Amino acid sequence: MSSDTIVEIRDLDYSRGHRQIFKGLNISIARGKVTAVMGPSGTGKTTLLRLITRQLVPDRGTILVDGVDISRLSQTELFRLRKRFGMLFQNGALLTDISVFENVAFPLREHTRLPNRLIRHIVLTKLHAVGLRGAADMMPSELSGGMARRVALARAMVMDPDILIYDEPFVGLDPISMGVIVRLVRKMNDALGISSIVVSHDVQEISTVADCSYLISGGTVAASGSPDELSNTRSELVRQFMHGMADGPVPFHFSAPNYAEQLLGRDTE
Amino acid sequence: MTGIFREIYYTFLDFLETFGALQLFFLRLLANSPSIFVRRFRLVVHQVYNTGALSLVIIMVCGLFVGGVLGLQGHSNLSRFNAEDSVGTFAAFSLLKELGPVVTALLFAGRAGTALASEIGLMKATDQLSAMEMMAINPLRRVLVPRFLGGVIAMPLLAAVFSMTGLLGAHVVAVSLLGVDPGAFWQQMQTSLDLRDVSEGIIKSIVFGIVGSLLAVWEGYNAIPTAEGVGRATTRTVVITAISVLILDFMITAIFI
Amino acid sequence: MQQTRSVEAGTGLFVLLGMAALFFLTTQTTGSDTFSGSDTYQVTARFQNVGSLKPRAPVAMSGVTIGRVTTVEFDPESLEAIVAFEIDSKYDKIPEDSDASILTAGLLGSQYIGLQAGGSEFYLEQGSEVQFTQSAIVLENLISKYLFSSSSGNATNSEN
Repeated sequence: MSSDTIVEIRDLDYSRGHRQIFKGLNISIARGKVTAVMGPSGTGKTTLLRLITRQLVPDRGTILVDGVDISRLSQTELFRLRKRFGMLFQNGALLTDISVFENVAFPLREHTRLPNRLIRHIVLTKLHAVGLRGAADMMPSELSGGMARRVALARAMVMDPDILIYDEPFVGLDPISMGVIVRLVRKMNDALGISSIVVSHDVQEISTVADCSYLISGGTVAASGSPDELSNTRSELVRQFMHGMADGPVPFHFSAPNYAEQLLGRDTE
Repeated sequence: MTGIFREIYYTFLDFLETFGALQLFFLRLLANSPSIFVRRFRLVVHQVYNTGALSLVIIMVCGLFVGGVLGLQGHSNLSRFNAEDSVGTFAAFSLLKELGPVVTALLFAGRAGTALASEIGLMKATDQLSAMEMMAINPLRRVLVPRFLGGVIAMPLLAAVFSMTGLLGAHVVAVSLLGVDPGAFWQQMQTSLDLRDVSEGIIKSIVFGIVGSLLAVWEGYNAIPTAEGVGRATTRTVVITAISVLILDFMITAIFI
Repeated sequence: MQQTRSVEAGTGLFVLLGMAALFFLTTQTTGSDTFSGSDTYQVTARFQNVGSLKPRAPVAMSGVTIGRVTTVEFDPESLEAIVAFEIDSKYDKIPEDSDASILTAGLLGSQYIGLQAGGSEFYLEQGSEVQFTQSAIVLENLISKYLFSSSSGNATNSEN
């Protein structure tokens, strides 16, 4: 394994109940780059993130983080591993009962014994980086969706992680907020030398930031490469996804009995 | 026929599984309780406030009226035997041994239990618990244990407050309104009650506190992380707590007699 | 920070109130502490029949509770019941020849021991035995006595 791969997924199988979600999935995430993981709704993108951080355990296959198989870690080693990850959840997942400042300070207070002044310093720096130093005293319920996500980003950054994971960071945002987040993803990655994994289905947005993209469909990698390579591919499925066509290999119609027969009521018997 | 038996068998198996999981969950809470109590005392204080102090008004109002009813009922029924003076004894026995712990537990389930379950369920639904896990913080220790401990501490105190205000209510009705002699009211009570009766009530309230908090935290933590799931979890909390409390009340009473 | 402080103050208030309530319940609703501790002396008495007298029943003199029954036992040798009770040491001038009887509080109330003062100059003390006792009035005996006395009269009539 080369040293410029930070997360390596090999032959991953995972199923929930009777539904097989991944079958023989192979992905490698480059160190210091922004890697996008795309796919139609319901392909298990969020599940993949949970597997990487071992909130879920795969049925088969290995996940290596910095060359270490995470399925073999003990509880304490796992917690140490998780401190190297920062994760941005779909809706921010800010703790609703404490202020913005305390949310960002939360990991520091839990994991370190830093003096209050230093914590204040670090938190304000991180909030400044996402442009929300002025909102430090607000409660999460007072924030807009975009602001909540930026606070969550500041919180994810506060322990200086090696890997930042974004779960659908662009969903449900207005164009301005989206632009801000896109810029922040790039900025954090380049300025701090972090490796980023972005899960999304916003093809346009992701294309502007990603260095490399994986398109997941049917439990395995359907295509990979730079955004340009993907949009110029010949694969029907990739083209349908990248250009947002209603019908194609992913059919518009959910599988159903014959239309004419159903209307005439023949299948009811 | 075999179909029915199979159904019963699987339902029973299901029940055993859930029950076992609940026990394990309880043990995990207990195992983490001492260190949280010592090191994160502030979190526990916060939860005692949420479950205890904020339930105080409802508990006192209910206690006052339940006591008042006992005063009325006791007086009207005991006066048939010319024993109105025993109304204090009657009220104290009912409040200390049964109504105090049981009604408080039911109110606790309705006021604090639902709040706990929905709060935890909502934290789960909005990924707050997963976020904590990702920050290498164990939500069991950070979120569940303080809430559990808060409920366990608050419940016996609430029950005591309930019984006290209940006696006050009974006193107001029987002595001030119905003219029972205050000396007889208290003296009769004091001669017929002893510490065993009081401790029965306290033990009950401790047990109900543990069960009520455990079930609320459990239902919230295992809620299906959707709006509907959280709603269902809060309803289940009230129903299951009420049933468990009444069954346990019977069992503890049987042991004490 | 302001908010945390008021939370802590509220919690403190709540816990204090709860503790006060617990204290109130344990001390004010029970009479147990009145005669607990060392300030009592033990006295015994023998009765033919104690009725439904139970441990912890009050011992009263002139209607004032001065002590409490500790044990009620049957003596297989004398075939009598031995009742032990403790009396508050405050009341140490109770004549030795006082009379103990088992009385009922109210028509259907619980039973207690009533002491009737005697005239002796010696007083009851730790380990004394009350000599004069009067058994409990058992309602059934009373009724049957009444029935028998009247039915025996009837019987002679109906025999004729």
